[in-house]
Amino acid sequence: MEVDEPTGIYPSATELDRTESEVIEALKKRSQQPIPDPDEWLDEELKRNILLTSVDAILNWARRSSLWPVVCFPACCAFELITTAASRFDISRFGMEIIRASPRQADLMITAGTLTWKMAPQVRRIYDQMPEPKWVIAMGACAISGGIFRSSYSVVPGYNRIVPVDVYVPGCPPRPEALLYGIKMLQHKVSKGSIATEGREE
Amino acid sequence: MTVALSGQEIADKLDKQFPGGIVESSQDSLVVNSEFLLMVATFLKDTPDLDFNYLTAITAVDYYDYFEVVYRLTSMEHNHSLVVKTRCYERANPTLPSVVSLWRGADFQEREIYDLMGISFDGHPNLKRLFLWQGFKGHPLRRDYW
Repeated sequence: MEVDEPTGIYPSATELDRTESEVIEALKKRSQQPIPDPDEWLDEELKRNILLTSVDAILNWARRSSLWPVVCFPACCAFELITTAASRFDISRFGMEIIRASPRQADLMITAGTLTWKMAPQVRRIYDQMPEPKWVIAMGACAISGGIFRSSYSVVPGYNRIVPVDVYVPGCPPRPEALLYGIKMLQHKVSKGSIATEGREE
Repeated sequence: MTVALSGQEIADKLDKQFPGGIVESSQDSLVVNSEFLLMVATFLKDTPDLDFNYLTAITAVDYYDYFEVVYRLTSMEHNHSLVVKTRCYERANPTLPSVVSLWRGADFQEREIYDLMGISFDGHPNLKRLFLWQGFKGHPLRRDYW
């Protein structure tokens, strides 16, 4: 029986060996010189600029994909936030499942609840202890403006009196979907940042 | 179920012990003259068949003409309860005797009443604001606070 006989559309084993050797020889022939560095023609300054843009892209990707919230849940919006973190809505889909007890390991403050003036220095302190870069989502009517307690003697009329707020999520309380939308808006904001212009006005 | 004792009956008993100490009484509660408050409270706590060894709550009410402070007492021993009230007619600097020496649980509640209603308690070991901060102007649960 002839082993090397071609059968149907398939080439014989000898034929395969021969085409393989042709491919390898051709590649070897045209690969005798190393491929030149594509940005070799750039001068030093220009190179660094192009590198900076890439750093921005990767930093923003990393930052927006691992927003770790800090524990700052003074009132009832906390339950919607807990629901958002739990399995049905699951913010770990956005890289946020680790809610840090220590502000030093967090970069996002979700202010879930009414803030009283007595509690305000502690919230400011938590914010100050968070390392840069850091963001704040004001969750719910109380966090935005004080809500129904706005005219009260003891309530801060909006977290933006205490800490700079990036995203406002309205509702009383906001549904988890609303908070998720706010988080996605914040991620959109983070993705547009640049380390060249970092450091915000306080 | 805890038996709510009749204020009327207790008032009759107290009236013999402290003439002039009881201002008025009803089925639900009895009102004590504030000068007799500490003596009446001690009596209610230490008398064996009353034995009110637990202070459930203290509340204060602003009736414009006077402040009324409500003490809800319970006996763990006999499983009965009683509501004792006292009144304070001064508005500028209302003062009542503190019951912290009898019931330690009164500590924070008297501080809360001092904080929000502005009633001072004589003999309180640490009378300062509880919910609001030092330097806050006024007492917000008063009717005339604005």
